[in-house]
Amino acid sequence: MPEPLLELHGVSVHFRRGRTLLRAVEEVSFCLEPGDVLCLVGESGSGKTTLGKVAAGLLRPTSGSVRYRGQDVWRLPANAFRSFRRAVQIVHQDPYASLNPIRTVADTLVAPLLHHGIARNWADAVERAARLLELVDLVPPEQFLPKYPHQLSGGQRQRVSIARALTVGPELIVADEATSMVDVSIRVSLLHTLRRLREELGVAFLFITHDLAMAKYFAWQGRIAVLYLGRVVELGPTPSVIGHPLHPYTQALLAALPEPDPELTRQKAKLLLRSLDIPSLANLPGGCSFHPRCLYFVAGLCDVERPPLDAVDEQRAVACHIVQQERTGSDALRARMEVPTWGNDERLSSERG
Amino acid sequence: MIKRRQSLNEPVLSVRDLVIQYEGAGGVVQAVRGVRFDLAPDESLAVIGESGCGKTTLGLALMGLLPKNARIIAGQILYRTRDGRIYDVVRLSGREFRNFRWKECAMVFQGALNAFNPVLKIWDQVLDTARAHGLRDRTRVRDQCERLLRLVQLDPDRVLQSYPHELSGGMRQRVMIALSLLLEPRLVIYDEPTTALDILTQRAIIEVLRSLRQELGFAMVFISHDLPLAAELADRVATMYAGRIVELAPVRHLFYQPRHPYTRGLLLAVPPVSGPLTTVASIPGSPPSLAKLPPGCSFAPRCELATDHCRSEEPPLCTVGADHWSACHCWSAVSLDRRTERLGGASHA
Repeated sequence: MPEPLLELHGVSVHFRRGRTLLRAVEEVSFCLEPGDVLCLVGESGSGKTTLGKVAAGLLRPTSGSVRYRGQDVWRLPANAFRSFRRAVQIVHQDPYASLNPIRTVADTLVAPLLHHGIARNWADAVERAARLLELVDLVPPEQFLPKYPHQLSGGQRQRVSIARALTVGPELIVADEATSMVDVSIRVSLLHTLRRLREELGVAFLFITHDLAMAKYFAWQGRIAVLYLGRVVELGPTPSVIGHPLHPYTQALLAALPEPDPELTRQKAKLLLRSLDIPSLANLPGGCSFHPRCLYFVAGLCDVERPPLDAVDEQRAVACHIVQQERTGSDALRARMEVPTWGNDERLSSERG
Repeated sequence: MIKRRQSLNEPVLSVRDLVIQYEGAGGVVQAVRGVRFDLAPDESLAVIGESGCGKTTLGLALMGLLPKNARIIAGQILYRTRDGRIYDVVRLSGREFRNFRWKECAMVFQGALNAFNPVLKIWDQVLDTARAHGLRDRTRVRDQCERLLRLVQLDPDRVLQSYPHELSGGMRQRVMIALSLLLEPRLVIYDEPTTALDILTQRAIIEVLRSLRQELGFAMVFISHDLPLAAELADRVATMYAGRIVELAPVRHLFYQPRHPYTRGLLLAVPPVSGPLTTVASIPGSPPSLAKLPPGCSFAPRCELATDHCRSEEPPLCTVGADHWSACHCWSAVSLDRRTERLGGASHA
């Protein structure tokens, strides 16, 4: 049986700040096959960036394991760990901070090619760098190779960052909000470039974003994991998570999301929440972390027992007592869980009968 | 649905052919080039555009808060006060402007943390603001302030006794929104009011703004790169590109039947989350540098409709429909196939 490319199992990351313990990530597990796309969606403080760093081997989890092709990466010998680090590359959010300002594009791309012995000599490396630039749609490459970062626009810098990640031929790219600092008119073309790399090179992606629209367009064929206060609360194929969210938090997010369509968005003016306050990571509520804000909260259950991330069908999993009860029993809760959907296809209404 | 403004209502704000330039080491940059619009009392206008299009400069100019290296070269910014007097704020002195600001026109900035004094409790800042504008009756200020804080869904007793750092980003933003209304201005300018806030907080702010407006009735100008926000809150939308308003229209017209290729491009680049996967496309190229604008229409190098005419002559902002303006030679050829079918169902003809 082929081993999965990357597997996170029960990963927790805790940070100590003075006397307080911040539980940034708690018991997260997921698995990426070669060529897979997984979107980590969450708001600020949900732990998505921390998870990205764990996946890329930049941060050692407090507990739990990270397995690359079946092997625990934190127990690998140094040279095997290096090849893992080569196989998983990260593209950061801020293209202004992630490129060395005193290196030209050519310097930035040639260095890893020579360092890892991928190119035989300088001329070969420059030749390869030019091909990488073509791959990320910076054409003609000769025009971009001698440029410094300050001579490039934000979108072009981000493309250079992507090209740099590609120099070492990665199997997985962790894209941490890679499109969020780029102007809207250019964001989509960057997304198209990433999608093309996935299709042409078969690179797997861990795509981290707070923007559900970007998640939808990047990972329509893949999966979405919704994070809330360090835990995955819902995991499933993108079309079903977005079209028919199950977890109350996902439902609230989608119901609240402003849409670029006046009719559609003005029907939405409704906040499916009991409270606006986000609990602090240093002082998480007991039971389900979402219960103080949840509309379907059941006292004595949700505030006592933490719901596990359980499967609802072969592809989807949800961490919610109410959803699981609804699935297993014929509860009066079914009626309460009916949520309005906006502009969704008929498939959903027919599903509900 | 918000009622269209009545023709009898005189505009609360009229901007006339405003030109603003920055003078720096790199030469002169025109950030705002001939902007012109009217704003009715109780109307909400969104100014949308990408970074560097001049929208923030425009907002700062409306408040008389331009940085030192910026100069208003031409044009007028006319405010009409409640008693019918008209002020051209371009010509107001610093002292006159201080009286005018916050009473007639308030502004809520993007980073609400930076707008507060970190070492003063919120209540002391409220008092400072009130005193600076001649309100000396503490009880009245307190009452008014508590009423506004309740309107933005905050607990006045807790918030007023807090320091800014004790409040979350969303709470600070709501305090700022409440504070902006303390002196009952006729116009409030919001610069990216929901940027950098979480989705659920964004929704709360949007609801607060909508209910405040219903309750208190004031004009709003939103400056934002966020199309969904404009779709939510604007009666009319102005698209800015390279320092100019290139399209100005009622919100449904602009979203369902844009008449400028740049607006169309923005709409196609920002897909809706709900519904099936629709086509998305980005605009080729990147925005021009304001220091080095192309001849003719500034959008021509990125426009698929561009002709030689576009590349030689800058199109003026012309009427292309009822209350719909576009600065494009080829406006009649612009069509948004993805969404035009929705217009039939919309409430206007």
